Amino acid sequence: MTAPLLGRLAALSAAPVPGGAPESGPVSGTAPEVLADRPDGTLVRSGRTVAKAHAPDCDPRDLAARLAVAAHPLLHGILLPPLPLTAPDGHLTLAEDGRPLTRWPYGSPVSPDDPDAAPWEDAARLLARLHSVDPRQLAGPVPPMRGPAKAARALTRLRTARTTHPPRPGPGPLSAAADAIERAWAALPPWARGAAPPPHSAHLCHGDLHLGQLVRHPPADGRWLLIDIDDLGLGNPAWDLARPAAWFATGLLAPDIWSRFLAAYRAAGGPAVPPDGDPWPDLEIPARTLTVQTAALAVAKAHAASRPLDEVESAVVDACARMTSLPQQLAPGASDVG
Amino acid sequence: MQCPKCHAPMQTYNRNGVQIEQCAGCRGIFLDYGELESLTRLEAQWTQQAPPPPAPQAYPAAPAWGAPHQGHHGHHGHHGHHRSFGHMLFSS
Repeated sequence: MTAPLLGRLAALSAAPVPGGAPESGPVSGTAPEVLADRPDGTLVRSGRTVAKAHAPDCDPRDLAARLAVAAHPLLHGILLPPLPLTAPDGHLTLAEDGRPLTRWPYGSPVSPDDPDAAPWEDAARLLARLHSVDPRQLAGPVPPMRGPAKAARALTRLRTARTTHPPRPGPGPLSAAADAIERAWAALPPWARGAAPPPHSAHLCHGDLHLGQLVRHPPADGRWLLIDIDDLGLGNPAWDLARPAAWFATGLLAPDIWSRFLAAYRAAGGPAVPPDGDPWPDLEIPARTLTVQTAALAVAKAHAASRPLDEVESAVVDACARMTSLPQQLAPGASDVG
Repeated sequence: MQCPKCHAPMQTYNRNGVQIEQCAGCRGIFLDYGELESLTRLEAQWTQQAPPPPAPQAYPAAPAWGAPHQGHHGHHGHHGHHRSFGHMLFSS
């Protein structure tokens, strides 16, 4: 992140909202604070307002369509709506380097120190409501959900890390892990790898659900809302359940938390899985893909840092290895080729 | 009847059809011939009729490639507070 862009974000977060009520603007005298600074997004907060620089490869037209969805009344109470920037319905501007910039109300996040107290049921209910929105009621065409594309990008990152940071000569644990990930990836159907249109793709999906994607607005005691629309779009709604499903399947998430999450989604009428019975026929492919994606990113980071995998990362890689050592049990999923 | 031990008066109670005498002083119990066997038999019937202990909550359905979940008690607690998993919960 360059200093000029940080300065631009700080100014943006502190600027008044065009046509907005005085209380919707930032609190005067609040020093801007960098909330996050990653290659895929930088966030600067001033009081009640947050300015975001999106990823450099973010398509501004697709982002504008996603912003229009988040601002649509049908998504009220589900997605945090963006703040106007250039006009009442203009939610996007471009930085000097072409990166899209947006502005949002500040919401308080899930405490990273206490994941056990995370709002799993609220997350499930928000997803069920999001998936139940009729996309035809929205203003314009909605871009595809980017989940499979992000999985493919994780594999690219793994391959780049293997060539850029080769481990010491000879086969090592990281090489074996990367090979297991590649085999699990190759066993996924083309749609899950972002190489073909997905089946069941008529639903509005978040595309990147994790506990960092929930905030309370107004801060502290408002209702929970979903944030980060960069991957939002039409796709298979099971994708949004697949990360918790993958955490449960790999033995990382306690079974009772997974059961609570799934039960809340079903009770709210979510369409990704049948209302009762075994959900895994629908979750199988997305959960395998997100397990492979998580493992690929973990091994890529371990390569770059020349460190071994930790216990949690190893558990995810082990799950990838089991995917291809049990071919007969995976046959039903293998037929689900889009 | 007087208690053979402390000589306080004994009271007669009927429990499930079995007559037992209890001392009002030392709380000692006097059983006539065959009454111990009757109580033992009733106890055995009670145990047989008792409902089975509640079944443990069913483990949620899991895929074939999932982690083996035998003996996961404590295991999850460990991972649940593992720093690396905590980070994973909040990252793309």
